[in-house]
Amino acid sequence: MKRAVVITGVGAVSPLGVGAETLIERWTDGVSGIEDGLGRCSAFAAGERLSRKQVRRSDRFTQLALAAADEAVEQAGWADGLPYPPERIGCIIGTGVGGIETFTIQQTMLDERGAEACSPLGIPMMMSNAAASAVAMHHGMTGPNWCVASACAAGAHAIGTAVRLVQIDEVDAIVTGGSEAAITPMSVAAFWRMQATSRAGVSRPFDARRDGFVMGEGAGILVLEEAEAARARGARVLADVLGYGATADAYHLTAPDPTGAGPVRAMRLALQEAGVTPADVDYVNAHGTATPLNDRMETDAIKQVFGDDATRMPVSSLKSSIGHLLGASGAVEAVATVLALRRRVAPPTLNWGEPEEGLDLDYVPNAAKPLRAEARERRAVGISSSFGFGGHNAVLCIGAA
Amino acid sequence: MSSTKPTPQSIEDRLFDAIAEIGPDRSEIRREATLEDLDVDSLDLVEIAQLVQETWGVELDPQDFADVKTVGDAVDVIVGRVL
Repeated sequence: MKRAVVITGVGAVSPLGVGAETLIERWTDGVSGIEDGLGRCSAFAAGERLSRKQVRRSDRFTQLALAAADEAVEQAGWADGLPYPPERIGCIIGTGVGGIETFTIQQTMLDERGAEACSPLGIPMMMSNAAASAVAMHHGMTGPNWCVASACAAGAHAIGTAVRLVQIDEVDAIVTGGSEAAITPMSVAAFWRMQATSRAGVSRPFDARRDGFVMGEGAGILVLEEAEAARARGARVLADVLGYGATADAYHLTAPDPTGAGPVRAMRLALQEAGVTPADVDYVNAHGTATPLNDRMETDAIKQVFGDDATRMPVSSLKSSIGHLLGASGAVEAVATVLALRRRVAPPTLNWGEPEEGLDLDYVPNAAKPLRAEARERRAVGISSSFGFGGHNAVLCIGAA
Repeated sequence: MSSTKPTPQSIEDRLFDAIAEIGPDRSEIRREATLEDLDVDSLDLVEIAQLVQETWGVELDPQDFADVKTVGDAVDVIVGRVL
């Protein structure tokens, strides 16, 4: 019998602002965090939230993770001290590319001023595990601690990995999620050259006019605890992690397998572990990048998994509001899914206006809607899907009391 | 390279500023304060050595700081090498 996993704290820094409640409120209200074709966390000032030493020693992706982790840990009620032995608390944080801005700055220093000018902090700030290390260090958590890297699925994979560590009794609690701050001229240019990003600078998931994703940045962090231990200490439980499924397309470096076989299996594995049927699911938080290929494949995959239930299922994409947070997206979307299920609301897919042949699910266009009536009388169940370049698929199934 | 000729006091002032940029409050930085108390570690000392090289053109070796315990010790090592 696997140990059960509950979520007791969430935190987020996103283009909609600082804070998880800010994220869900603004998304539900249909606010867009995208400006000039980019989803930047413009409300986040590292110096206001972190010590001078933390700021100086960290890339922006680590700073975002530290701020989101502070929020999540405080909500879990850990502000006055860790509730378990530190060696029984882990920290797993995903990222797509880590400290790419630091890399760029150091490369420029090397080119312009030579090796003598390169900072000794270059590597420890750039390394992809810097956020996971900084969060563990800041809170004194000495259990399993590493980074998960799987491009746009990293946040979801980190959470799934963390869930497994709780289930197999390696930890009693774990701080997990994803962080990304990769809006540099090089990465913007590279995504543009591969025609992954929107020429129009508008994120239109599932719309006929969609032309790619909008790059975003941010961090989402969750505190997971073993269910019995959380109850024993009187923690407020926000939601249960019911299931997790991870698969690979093994198909192409960037394009999704058009049959959706990998995502279909990931969704089914998550539902199977959760012990729920498609009929039990109230909401699907889509990967919904707004690339032509993903949204068609994902729509088809949802139809394969949910069958007759697909047509009544609210399916929405947070990326319509904040863009694609790459390695943070799965984590910020998991935070949003937890809070949406708690509110019994399906937040909207913004910028939706033109249907496309075959893309005919209920994408919750432009205005939030309440979840179906029966979700108000029992636990609300949702899934959050993430699919990464490289063919990595991760799906989480979450239940909110 | 600084255009005016450095003095022990001007070097100390510049190093106090550099330590303040690293993290500790300016009020905590005194000659008798230990680097450990100020949370100044080996990575910070490499950055200070870079500053010394850029400002006064003197190359320091990590070994130069081997016996340094306090801010004053660090200032004295650097003053000794620069002047």
